[in-house]
Amino acid sequence: MKEQVMSEKLYARDVYGKTLVELGKLDPNVVVLDADLSGSTRTSFFAKEFPERFFNFGVAEQGMMATAGGLASSGKIVFASTFAMFATARALDQVRNTICYNKLNVKIVATHSGVTVGEDGASHQALEDISFFRSIPNMRIIVPCDGPEARSAILTAHKEEGPFYIRLGRSKIPTLESKKEFSLGKGYIVKEGSDLVIIACGILVNEAMQAAKTLDEKGISTAVVNIHTIKPIDVQLIEDLSKRFSKILVCEEHQKIGGLFSAVAEVVVGSNPVLMESISVNDKFGQSGPPGELIDFYGLSANSIAEKAAKFIRQ
Amino acid sequence: MNQKVKNLKSKATEIRKLIIKMLTEAKSGHPGGSLSSTDIITCLFFDVMRHKPDDPNWAQRDKFHLSKGHCCPAVYAALSLCGYFPKEELMTLRKLGSLLQGHPDKKTPGIEVASGSLGQGLSVCLGMALANRLDKIDSRVYCLMGDGETQEGNVWEAAMASAHYKLDNLCAIIDYNRFQIDGRTEEIMNLEPIVNKWESFGWHVHQCDGHNIDELLEAFAEAKTVKFKPTIIIAHTVKGKGVSFMEHVVNFHGNAPSEKECEIALKELEDIEKDESGLE
Repeated sequence: MKEQVMSEKLYARDVYGKTLVELGKLDPNVVVLDADLSGSTRTSFFAKEFPERFFNFGVAEQGMMATAGGLASSGKIVFASTFAMFATARALDQVRNTICYNKLNVKIVATHSGVTVGEDGASHQALEDISFFRSIPNMRIIVPCDGPEARSAILTAHKEEGPFYIRLGRSKIPTLESKKEFSLGKGYIVKEGSDLVIIACGILVNEAMQAAKTLDEKGISTAVVNIHTIKPIDVQLIEDLSKRFSKILVCEEHQKIGGLFSAVAEVVVGSNPVLMESISVNDKFGQSGPPGELIDFYGLSANSIAEKAAKFIRQ
Repeated sequence: MNQKVKNLKSKATEIRKLIIKMLTEAKSGHPGGSLSSTDIITCLFFDVMRHKPDDPNWAQRDKFHLSKGHCCPAVYAALSLCGYFPKEELMTLRKLGSLLQGHPDKKTPGIEVASGSLGQGLSVCLGMALANRLDKIDSRVYCLMGDGETQEGNVWEAAMASAHYKLDNLCAIIDYNRFQIDGRTEEIMNLEPIVNKWESFGWHVHQCDGHNIDELLEAFAEAKTVKFKPTIIIAHTVKGKGVSFMEHVVNFHGNAPSEKECEIALKELEDIEKDESGLE
């Protein structure tokens, strides 16, 4: 297995902004909306290039989402952005009843998900967003692990008809080398192993890779799987993993309830019920602090993953 | 009375009869607001709007969105009379597998976007109006809201944004019957001063009698001439209009008539029809 090299660090939201500009040039039907956070979400890049196709709604996420629905019903491909907290919780009814029930072509790309929002604290750290959207019919959810994967997710959402939720973070993330080509709904093995499998999404794929290195050195051969599409979940891959491994550790920067752990468990219980353990924020709110320290505090870091995995394997 | 107005009046009465029949058959639904909004809906579908029932997706069409989704029986009746789907479908309202859901669904020909969860429709219409502007289509967008519905915060987000974007191709109508499920709007959550509210949000406001066809047509005609502002028509209406024992009765917001009540209601509406045809 080739050693994983973290070649560069990117802001996924920078990638989003640049990809939107690319799409704007290619497709005159692309329209972008924001709710007073265009500087942070980087939709400002698109606003600068295509002011006539950019609409700011001010601090009004519900109105923005329902308006996105109206534009999409008229044939526009709509990207709507704000922080993950407000895109999901604040506008949930609009997303369910207007966007998803009508299966409208709205791509919700939210930034600032999870505890790595950092100093702004709990009110701004969305840890329930995947759970909120995962239960809505017609919604598809992608949690990219790095910049290039974010780009693929955005291009895919543009191409595929219907609603999407793409969950991005605030902080810079290292780019994972030797990834597989992005395919909607298909997870993949980033690193092989035989004793334990770690399934991760988003920024925790990188943490899981580092943890796996430590575990390998301790003699616990650890596989790492990246599941970027939380919905539709890759049933085939998870069924295969549940047959190959007797223990599955799931890592996500999200509540244990309703996120990737739940999505994987829903498949595992119906296939080959093996033991599962979770690295997540377990039924708690976040708090202020530097992102790196918060990752440590909530037990989401490579060290925490390696420790929990070692304990789990001895059980 | 001119022939056009006479025809619209008779169409409205036909729609009211269908509403009563549909709701009685369904044994549930919302007669009060369906009857109060009937004349508004009739004017839009049979005179004001540019649309093609045999081509519901015609790009140049004016669009109608029922933000107060619970009053869909009135819209379903109008759509079927226009020819969007066969009249027989009306009696399947609210039944399993029906084309006609209890609240509007996109699967019904002529329904643009589903509604039912109140307060979102004006934003949906704002999106449609922005799309028309981007596509340089001169079509108009009409959004019918309930009065109680405007207690929703989302309505005011849409009100602010529609004025900000100067959408003169957008026309909202409030069916101001002064009742909501729990009682009178002034007791549950006062909406007054309603005109000042909308004016201060930057809208052109036109008040009229929501059952007077001439006044409604004049309101819609005026809205078309207003530039750089959206228009809202505050249509003063009577909940349960056209059926004496339903008028101003809050219990008929969300309860269907019984078989007996249906019979009396239809008789009353037939009498109205006879009176109208005698007005030559």
